[in-house]
Amino acid sequence: MVPLSWYIVLSALMFSIGVFGFLSRRNLIIIFISIELMLNSVNISLVAFSHYLQSMRGQILVFFVITVAAAEAAIGLAILIAFYRNNPTIKVDEINLLKG
Amino acid sequence: MNTANYLVDITMIMPELTLICVALILLLLDLVVKNKEVLAAVGIAGTLVALYGTYKLFVFHAPQSVFADMFVLDGYSNFFKLIFYLNIILTILISLKYMTIEKASFGEYYSLLIFATTGMMIMASAADLIVLYLGLELMALSTYILAGLMRKQLRSNEAALKYFFLGAFSSAILLYGISMTYGLTGTTNLREIAAALQTLNIMESPAVFLGLIFLIVAFGFKVALAPFHMWAPDVYEGAPTSITAFMSVGPKAAGFAVMGRVLFEAFGGMQMQWNSILIPLAVITMAVGSIIALAQTNIKRMLAYSSIAHAGYMLLGIIAGTPEGLASTANYLMIYMFMNIGAFAIVIMLRREGFQGENLDDYMGLAKSHPLASALMLIFMFSLTGIPPTAGFIGKFYVFMEVIRSGYTYLAIIAVIFSVISAFFYLRVVMYMYMKDPKEDVTLTTSSTLSIALAITAIMVLILGIFPSFLLNLVRSSIPG
Repeated sequence: MVPLSWYIVLSALMFSIGVFGFLSRRNLIIIFISIELMLNSVNISLVAFSHYLQSMRGQILVFFVITVAAAEAAIGLAILIAFYRNNPTIKVDEINLLKG
Repeated sequence: MNTANYLVDITMIMPELTLICVALILLLLDLVVKNKEVLAAVGIAGTLVALYGTYKLFVFHAPQSVFADMFVLDGYSNFFKLIFYLNIILTILISLKYMTIEKASFGEYYSLLIFATTGMMIMASAADLIVLYLGLELMALSTYILAGLMRKQLRSNEAALKYFFLGAFSSAILLYGISMTYGLTGTTNLREIAAALQTLNIMESPAVFLGLIFLIVAFGFKVALAPFHMWAPDVYEGAPTSITAFMSVGPKAAGFAVMGRVLFEAFGGMQMQWNSILIPLAVITMAVGSIIALAQTNIKRMLAYSSIAHAGYMLLGIIAGTPEGLASTANYLMIYMFMNIGAFAIVIMLRREGFQGENLDDYMGLAKSHPLASALMLIFMFSLTGIPPTAGFIGKFYVFMEVIRSGYTYLAIIAVIFSVISAFFYLRVVMYMYMKDPKEDVTLTTSSTLSIALAITAIMVLILGIFPSFLLNLVRSSIPG
């Protein structure tokens, strides 16, 4: 049987990769994918905890997270498209109208 | 549990269900009714019905938790719900004419406002991290769209984009915190977390502390605490002004509601640990908010930094770590709602076709041409500074008193210093209005609903400043010590 700590380390690594991608990449789509990576790392750790604790709460939360992530993707991409129509770029450095 | 019990449970969430029904009805009505004022009226009426429902529940039912301890109804949640109801009603009142001028008068606007408010109410009542997360996302997803509602304007698009990415980032951090807490305590229920921390004796464990840090960071994003405030000025500037008013009160109040509940109920025994994070956060927040606001020339951006500074003052009540401290934060939020929405209502009045009216220069000599509007702005600015006899003074006084009573006198001194600094940029607006000559003629856009909102906010700011006992009694009885 795979020990719990392996899942936790995997989840922590994935989360860190997601945070690193969010902070360092300059492409909006890649940043978006980094957020999804962070969410899914949480799902891994929740399912692992849920299995080892023999409690269903974690898995129920995972279903909610997946559903909300889908809604979030829909809204995020819609906002992105609305933005792209007015300013055709997905480079973060060029989104600098509001500053100060 | 049998069916009858579930029916009893459902009565307890009647206000939320009412709001969701009203929001769905509004979506359908939008297809047949062309007059947006009708939709606004339906929205306000629905909110009033829900407010009445909350009042009935408050009067007839003792504090209790329903749905297997996931949803709690107590004075604390009811007080915050009152803030959310007033917030949405005032926002609808100030936005009617404004959204037409911005050419963004969509029926979805009212529906999304109500969905966001429902999310906030669920957050205020959440007794379980799962429900908390769902309420938070319902609020956040609706506000992302509202921020970008003026979809032909690049400013608004950019605001929504920034808000969305940082909001999604913060909710991922929240989830990681939830998953760590769940893994260590074996439950997501706030009360059971507290019990598990006791019985497993893991309060000193660094892993629990790390989970707590993740949660605080996520809430910090929502209430715009520095250094997690980076999104706030950009989003507040780019979003429609009425939504800025809505966002600077609603999500902040909801964020403080969950922060208070999670910290006090689940991590109540770890006060030393969470204060070691919150105290530096509060000091940085007050400093960043007050000092950077000095350099702003756009009034919406200035009010954004002011709202960051106010989040720092509100945090002091939570740092105090007593139920009275929590009550002082709730009291501050209620007062902040009136004065902030009032100030934004004046900002909205300056907006007309072909004229943004967001620069400080536009306020030059306003007192000569529009004495009444200037006088109201004067009241709101005095109140935001915290000068008696306005309500802002009462809010600050109560928070500082509680933080001193808990032994953090130096925090109160720091907060007073920063609120003196903040007087500079609030009173600069007053100085521009009363002591400068007008550069160009400013005509104000007025409407009856906007006047009603201004009257309510101005009167409340003055009444709560002169006779604060009513609100103080209400908040003390809602959040008993």
